[in-house]
Amino acid sequence: MNEISITHILFVSTALFFIGMYGLFTRRNMITMLMAIEIILNSVNINFVAFNKYLYPGKLDGIFFTIFIITIAAAEAAMAIAIIINLYRSHHSIDVEDAEELKY
Amino acid sequence: MGPYFFVILIPLLPLISFCILGLFGRKYIKTISGTLGVLILFITTVLSLYTAYHYYFIDGKVNGLYQHIIAFKYTWLQFSPRVSIDMGILLDPISVMMIVIVSFISLMVHIFSLGYMKGEERFATYYAFLSLFTFSMLGLVLSSNIFQIYIFWELVGISSFLLIGFYFEKPSAVTASNKAFIVTRFADFGFLIGILILAFYSGTLDFGTLIERLTSAGSSQYIEIHSATFLGVSMLTWGLGLVFIGGAGKSAMFPLHIWLPDAMEGPTPVSALIHAATMVVAGVFLVARLFPVFSIDQTVLQLVTWVGAFSALFAAVVACTQRDIKRILAFSTMSQIGFMMFSLGVSKYGGESGLGYTASMFHLFTHAFFKSLLFLGAGAVIHFAHSNDINDLGGLRKRIPVTHVSFLIACLAIAGIPPFSGFFSKEEILMAAYHSDKLIYGIAVLTSALTAFYMFRLYYSVFWRKDFHVHDNMHDEGSPSMKLSMIVLAFCTAFAGFVPVSSWITSDGAPMESHINVGFSAFPVLMALAGIGLASYLYKTENRKPQLLTASLGSLYRAAYRKFYIDEVYLFITRKIIFNGIGRPAAWFDKNIVDGFMNGLASVTSKISESIKGLQSGKVQNYALYFFGGIIGLAVLFIYLMK
Amino acid sequence: MNASVIIFYILSAFILGAALLAVTTRKIFRSAIFLLFSLIGTAALFFWMGVEFIAAVQIIIYVGGIVVLIIFSIFLTQKSGEEMPKPIRSRSLFSALALLFGFAFIYHLIYKYQFSQPGPHLFEVKVSDIGTQMLSTTEHGFVLPFEVVSILLLASMIGCIVIAMKIKPAEENER
Repeated sequence: MNEISITHILFVSTALFFIGMYGLFTRRNMITMLMAIEIILNSVNINFVAFNKYLYPGKLDGIFFTIFIITIAAAEAAMAIAIIINLYRSHHSIDVEDAEELKY
Repeated sequence: MGPYFFVILIPLLPLISFCILGLFGRKYIKTISGTLGVLILFITTVLSLYTAYHYYFIDGKVNGLYQHIIAFKYTWLQFSPRVSIDMGILLDPISVMMIVIVSFISLMVHIFSLGYMKGEERFATYYAFLSLFTFSMLGLVLSSNIFQIYIFWELVGISSFLLIGFYFEKPSAVTASNKAFIVTRFADFGFLIGILILAFYSGTLDFGTLIERLTSAGSSQYIEIHSATFLGVSMLTWGLGLVFIGGAGKSAMFPLHIWLPDAMEGPTPVSALIHAATMVVAGVFLVARLFPVFSIDQTVLQLVTWVGAFSALFAAVVACTQRDIKRILAFSTMSQIGFMMFSLGVSKYGGESGLGYTASMFHLFTHAFFKSLLFLGAGAVIHFAHSNDINDLGGLRKRIPVTHVSFLIACLAIAGIPPFSGFFSKEEILMAAYHSDKLIYGIAVLTSALTAFYMFRLYYSVFWRKDFHVHDNMHDEGSPSMKLSMIVLAFCTAFAGFVPVSSWITSDGAPMESHINVGFSAFPVLMALAGIGLASYLYKTENRKPQLLTASLGSLYRAAYRKFYIDEVYLFITRKIIFNGIGRPAAWFDKNIVDGFMNGLASVTSKISESIKGLQSGKVQNYALYFFGGIIGLAVLFIYLMK
Repeated sequence: MNASVIIFYILSAFILGAALLAVTTRKIFRSAIFLLFSLIGTAALFFWMGVEFIAAVQIIIYVGGIVVLIIFSIFLTQKSGEEMPKPIRSRSLFSALALLFGFAFIYHLIYKYQFSQPGPHLFEVKVSDIGTQMLSTTEHGFVLPFEVVSILLLASMIGCIVIAMKIKPAEENER
């Protein structure tokens, strides 16, 4: 544990973040986009815990943030599923390319 | 605030009449609008006569010279400490004479119209317009400032436009009023440039100062305006020439005369006022007003002379062939004004050699009376017989005796038969012409003979020749107001020749002796009598001789009847050259290049926006990508490039 | 090079590899499973970092709740055996390039930054401490966010029911 500095962990979290973004930009299925969002949120959690552990070991604030983020991520995932189901009912497809009502 | 301050009422009273009649006439005071107009104009005439009496007899003369009195002055626009437009009233011999003429003839026309225009729907409007015209003309002759005269010049143009186009339901009347306005406006363009040139070189707009600076041989302005040239002609000639063009437009000189015959579409009393006595002499008045400056430039005087002489002869020839009463009288006006113009042109400044000036003003004075009487008489004839064409008329001398006698007096006056007024004024003109240029004298005598001929052709055709068929519902001769005005004017025509104009109106202000040279006058009078004789031979009784004469003259007759095709020439120039050559390319340029440029800008903008529109694809991931790209870009920018 | 370092590297490779496969695979069910592995890897990472409580919460909520929910919705909306359509070629190219550039940029910043050394405290997370601080009303207490989050959960539950409500009974949401 001594040789792993914070930058290593930040490398992991940054890479995870960008992988999640790639999934967000590229995937055509709405549910897979949701999965990519979960990956992003995950990376943020790792970030918080890493900062808490390496820079502020006496406090617990990062832990609390992580707890709350997990909670809210759950709620948000549920909401997203509900919206996807609703959209599926009207478009009969969950391809995000089909939901282009905002087009000019 | 001198003793002449009341003169400001003279133009103001008709203006007030215009306002009252214009605003309230139609609804409230329709029946008395005519009488109101007559009343106000009567007061104006009395004031003018009083002014004349005061000026000519009492205190106009100082040291034997008639003064230029500024009765009123008000600084209106100050351009610089030295140049300003002052509104003022200038009283000098010609302006006093003109206010008498204008107000008196206007009063006669107002009285005549009480009977002539009775039953007209827009009676009050008619009187309002007449008052407006009278105001404009009075303002014009009383102007002390060359810009003020331009303002009133344009006002006169507008009033005449309103009056000529009075019967605006008739398309021919509308066209005629447009034509009059446009032709005179076109001439006024030259007038304005002339004003600007003269004002620039003399440094002032006031008449007195302008004349003084440009005529005193040593002054800097004089030298400057003579030395500056443009295209080889001195600026003085340009300025005066352009001012003369403005005057020629209003006075219907060749080639700007085309509006005058068509202006007969207006009511006949209007023609009596405008096209006999007042508006058409505005050009002559302008030249007379600036005469001291004109007299030092021989080139312009030659121009004035030849334009006047040619117009006189041209109009006389055309008048011999016309069939409409009012057209004959219109061309007669053009001819007589030509007389006045060339009389000014042959005149010099000062003393005996200034006879042309006096003669021209005298002729203006007498012409006002007999020409307006002729027009009013024509109005009475038309009112009685409902026709303008002389082939329809004839034998009216028994049916409308008052008109007959006054018309005869006016014809004798215009032909120059003594002792009527026209003889005296024409004789002085001929004398002035004889002393300066024999060729002009010859043209003048020939024109006088022709004048006598065509006037008596008109007289015999209307009042003798054949018997008149009476239709069922004919008017009688006319109401008392019509007869009254004609009788008064006939009286003036007969005796106006004895007014000693030369002792009051001369080029330099000093009174002049005038005398009748019997030997000299005999020749023109004989020529006039010959003209009358020829006319009575051809037209007194119904016969075939006129038709034989016209057949033998053939195409010459036809050309004269068609007014020498001048209107066609104008049409050709405007259509082929101006419209096709200048108008169409300009329109093409405007539509394709100017509009095209604007449309091009618009279409480029819309094409750009079409292409940008594709960015809003409705695809959320594209938006997210743009968003992310923007953030990275801004981050790079702020972190690396803007430390 | 002791064991924890090796474990860390193995764990990171596992997490990143699973995530990468999750976002690139063509079959949706496999994508969900790869997500599951990535989340389990993250929990293991939390264990390695010494925050066992968070790791437990991660497994219970993320793995046991969210991934299950996702798999549910996959079953509800499509046939999970088929292949998904391919992504748009230009978009995947552009985003890959942009993201690589972004990653390089940010990691460069992180690498350059001198993080301050940690203090003398030992990093020890006791669950009782978490609980006490969560419910304390003093300066570092988190009772207010706690209550707000509970209300948020209530609202989201109601919202989900309302949005997804139709003839069928709505999806049951929990937590």
